[in-house]
Amino acid sequence: MQHYSMNLKLKVWRQKNSHDQGHFENYDVKDISSEMSFLEMIDVLNERLIKEGHDSIAFDHDCREGICGMCSMVINGQPHGPWKGTTTCQLHMRAFKDGDVITIEPFRANAYPVIKDLMVSRSAFDRIIQAGGYVSVNTGNAVDGNAIPIEKDKADDAFAAAACIGCGACVAACKNASAMLFVSAKVSHLALLPQGEPERKQRVVSMIAQMDKEGFGSCTNTYACEAECPKEISVMNIARLNREYLQSSLSGS
Amino acid sequence: MLDSKIPGGTLDSKWTKYKGNVKLVNPANKRKLEVIIVGTGLAGSSAAASLGEMGYKVKAFCFQDSPRRAHSIAAQGGINAAKNYQNDGDSVYRLFYDTIKGGDYRAREANVHRLAEVSTNIIDQCVAQGVPFAREYGGLLSNRSFGGTQVQRTFYAAGQTGQQLLIGAYQALERQVALGTVTMYSRHEMVELVIIDGKARGIIARNLVTGELERHFGHAVLLCTGGYGNVFYLSTNAMGSNVTAAWKAHKQGAYFANPCFTQIHPTCIPVSGDHQSKLTLMSESLRNDGRIWVPAKQGDNRPANEIPEEERDYYLERRYPAFGNLVPRDVASRAAKERCDAGYGVGSSKQAVYLDYAAAIQRYGKAEVSKRNLGNVAPDVITALGKEVVKEKYGNLFDMYAKITGENPYEVPMRIYPAVHYTMGGLWVDYELKTTIDGLYALGEANFSEHGANRLGASALMQGLADGYFVIPYTLGNYLADDIRTQSISTDHEAFVAAEKKASDRINTLMSIKGNQTVESFHKRLGKIIWDKCGMARNAEGLKQAIKEVQALKAEFWSDVRIPGEINGMNPELDKAGRVADFIELGELMCLDALERNESCGGHFREEFQTPDGEALRDDENYMYVAAWENKGNSWELHKEILNYEIVKPSQRSYK
Ligand SMILES: Cc1cc2nc3c(=O)[nH]c(=O)nc-3n(C[C@H](O)[C@H](O)[C@H](O)COP(=O)(O)OP(=O)(O)OC[C@H]3O[C@@H](n4cnc5c(N)ncnc54)[C@H](O)[C@@H]3O)c2cc1C
Ligand code: SF4
Ligand code: FES
Repeated sequence: MQHYSMNLKLKVWRQKNSHDQGHFENYDVKDISSEMSFLEMIDVLNERLIKEGHDSIAFDHDCREGICGMCSMVINGQPHGPWKGTTTCQLHMRAFKDGDVITIEPFRANAYPVIKDLMVSRSAFDRIIQAGGYVSVNTGNAVDGNAIPIEKDKADDAFAAAACIGCGACVAACKNASAMLFVSAKVSHLALLPQGEPERKQRVVSMIAQMDKEGFGSCTNTYACEAECPKEISVMNIARLNREYLQSSLSGS
Repeated sequence: MLDSKIPGGTLDSKWTKYKGNVKLVNPANKRKLEVIIVGTGLAGSSAAASLGEMGYKVKAFCFQDSPRRAHSIAAQGGINAAKNYQNDGDSVYRLFYDTIKGGDYRAREANVHRLAEVSTNIIDQCVAQGVPFAREYGGLLSNRSFGGTQVQRTFYAAGQTGQQLLIGAYQALERQVALGTVTMYSRHEMVELVIIDGKARGIIARNLVTGELERHFGHAVLLCTGGYGNVFYLSTNAMGSNVTAAWKAHKQGAYFANPCFTQIHPTCIPVSGDHQSKLTLMSESLRNDGRIWVPAKQGDNRPANEIPEEERDYYLERRYPAFGNLVPRDVASRAAKERCDAGYGVGSSKQAVYLDYAAAIQRYGKAEVSKRNLGNVAPDVITALGKEVVKEKYGNLFDMYAKITGENPYEVPMRIYPAVHYTMGGLWVDYELKTTIDGLYALGEANFSEHGANRLGASALMQGLADGYFVIPYTLGNYLADDIRTQSISTDHEAFVAAEKKASDRINTLMSIKGNQTVESFHKRLGKIIWDKCGMARNAEGLKQAIKEVQALKAEFWSDVRIPGEINGMNPELDKAGRVADFIELGELMCLDALERNESCGGHFREEFQTPDGEALRDDENYMYVAAWENKGNSWELHKEILNYEIVKPSQRSYK
């Protein structure tokens, strides 16, 4: 792999707090190595800003390996940037070339108020889980792990849905700011497993109700969510959610 | 006096007997008892959910924006349990024995046995929550093997086991939030512990969004705040992982045990440059199928694929024929360092070895051909089928490698090197997980127990969940049963006022320094000192020097750090400054502990103490104890908990 160095122009969203209007700020960054991660590039800029007496750019991140769901950012119009199936923290600078202009904004949605700069609040997702995204089993109540065999295909599908990292890119990608992909991933994960069966009907209804209450938009099947999802959660899950929802409403529970 | 409060009776009856005799709190009283849980990783989430279900009033805290994002989410390879589903001779005793031996005989027998006992309940609990573990075609749970063992007892969900387990615990936690038993405080950081009449009674937490300091009362406080691997700056831990909560407790009287026992994981992606902010683990499960090698010739610069079989040195298989690539982590890490130091390293930095999947791809490919009855097929069909199998098992890890390095690990061997990964040391706790401060408990990686001087793979997840689901629900009741008459203490109490003032004074001091150097630059320098002198190999000379360097760094930090932004509002640099300040103090204690322990054991390798063939040389006569350090302001006093081995006979660990 050939490494190279580049100079870039960044347009970064700066916003002091949730009351502030916010604006774009331009920064030139120099000698960025193609081996760096995108966030390391911002680290370099932040070190410079601090030295120059400015406030650093606030952004969310923690694991930096694509699993915690903490990092966000819309990069050149795309949540998590240009690489498919990749979080912002896994994006590397070899995705860019010398002289590129990069626009960096927070995830935008009514349900995601900006806290500062590129950081938003996604606590609505926790409340959607509270509405029913679980199996009601107390500690110590479980039967042997092998007591209920689960077909491998089903277990694999449940796992694929459960791989959602709750990052919210699906919401940021959607022109309606719908949270359907996120909700459908959780509904699918649990609906596919026998353990999720007893609460299946109630779960989907309650979670959808909470989603609406949080101010997320409705799904009009444009599938921008799937295209930007870093974990490539399939829109098939939305179809499954719709079936689940319909069945639950028909059976009147 | 350090009393580990190990119950009497035979080893395998202790926990049962303890549970049978433990004091209980009745449901009406539980509703009046408040419990503070700091941390929502596997240990904290499972404890919060379980205690909430039992009826306690729980307040849980984490610094991330959601409890689901705790560092446990990143665990990859799996979780151990003595289920013996594979019928390969596993048992509670064997898991216990492997853990004690893997820990190089520096762990407490009673705790480890309890861990092995409850391990089976953990799997049942997780399955019931809907954790989608890997399964066989027959629908039953699948297992893989991990380093340091000869049975298959590791349960997994692709390379995302921690994620799936944490989501299970997180969902159980959120269910309790919905039921009103748990109140969740995300984006909150504990910055001080409140002690009243010798008992932990609350915390001061900084609301990271508004910058406000908040006072929270609890009848008991549980620290589930994870490990301190980030003292090294570069580690596989999440960026925010820190020692602050444990350190605040330590400064107020909680002993810190075995701080020098840190784990360097053998298979991580090597450092690529100065800009590097963290290191990425390649799960140990990869050592199951991958073969580790370096060129047999020093300084061989040919690409890996051009080096013929007979010119490769599979040094783990050569040195440890019985365990081969599956030796414990400390052994594998040192062996890699030995080869690189001797000039056999690969890649541009020469600080790397190969982890090769070519043989595994062929093996799996051939197995598929016979499974599917394909008869005679072309070699590239075998390769393609083999890649498919490898992709199913390890796909996300291979993807991660490709994203970071830009290389395709299905085609060329991965380059790996050891990196800081886990900390066995932590707050000293007794059998009940209570620290030396009454009412203050430590769970998960934050405590020192169970893993001795080296942790076996897939056993941290097991320990975190054991502590939270199955241990603390009993042991906490034993303490709180005597506290049912204690009314909630008002947070206007002078102890709260004083603790808040201490926290705010410190923040004001940090902000007022207005020096010239960034927090990050101090952290990097600290990391380098600790990695060079208290890392994979240590010696007395280096450690003494490191202590001086860390002390000097501390003085420089407190006079020249520059923190931008404001106190009243979101300020990540200020949060980081508080954490780094604590890491600096911890760094000194780590070196002191390493210097004091004149032996090699597990992850603690003192160059002066090794066998002729370079293995760790323990000194059981003089060092078979837990080193528990008491903070005395500017110095520390050592207390020893002598370890008694009633069942296992310590011997030199051999994986040959
Ligand atoms: C990359 C990687 C892979 C791993 N893979 C495996 C594996 O396959 N198998 C295995 O057994 N182990 C594995 N481990 C180890 C294992 O993941 C950890 O030891 C374990 O998850 C720790 O869990 P915990 O609950 O103790 O702490 P953590 O998960 O680290 O959680 C700490 C919690 O404390 C909170 N916190 C910390 N400080 C404060 C504060 N001051 N105020 C408020 N909140 C605070 C955080 O917000 C967080 O919620 C791996 C570790 C790494 C780094
Ligand atoms: S569905 Fe995808 S984009 Fe949406 S929260 Fe989950 S991982 Fe993120
Ligand atoms: S920082 Fe964890 S997913 Fe990006």
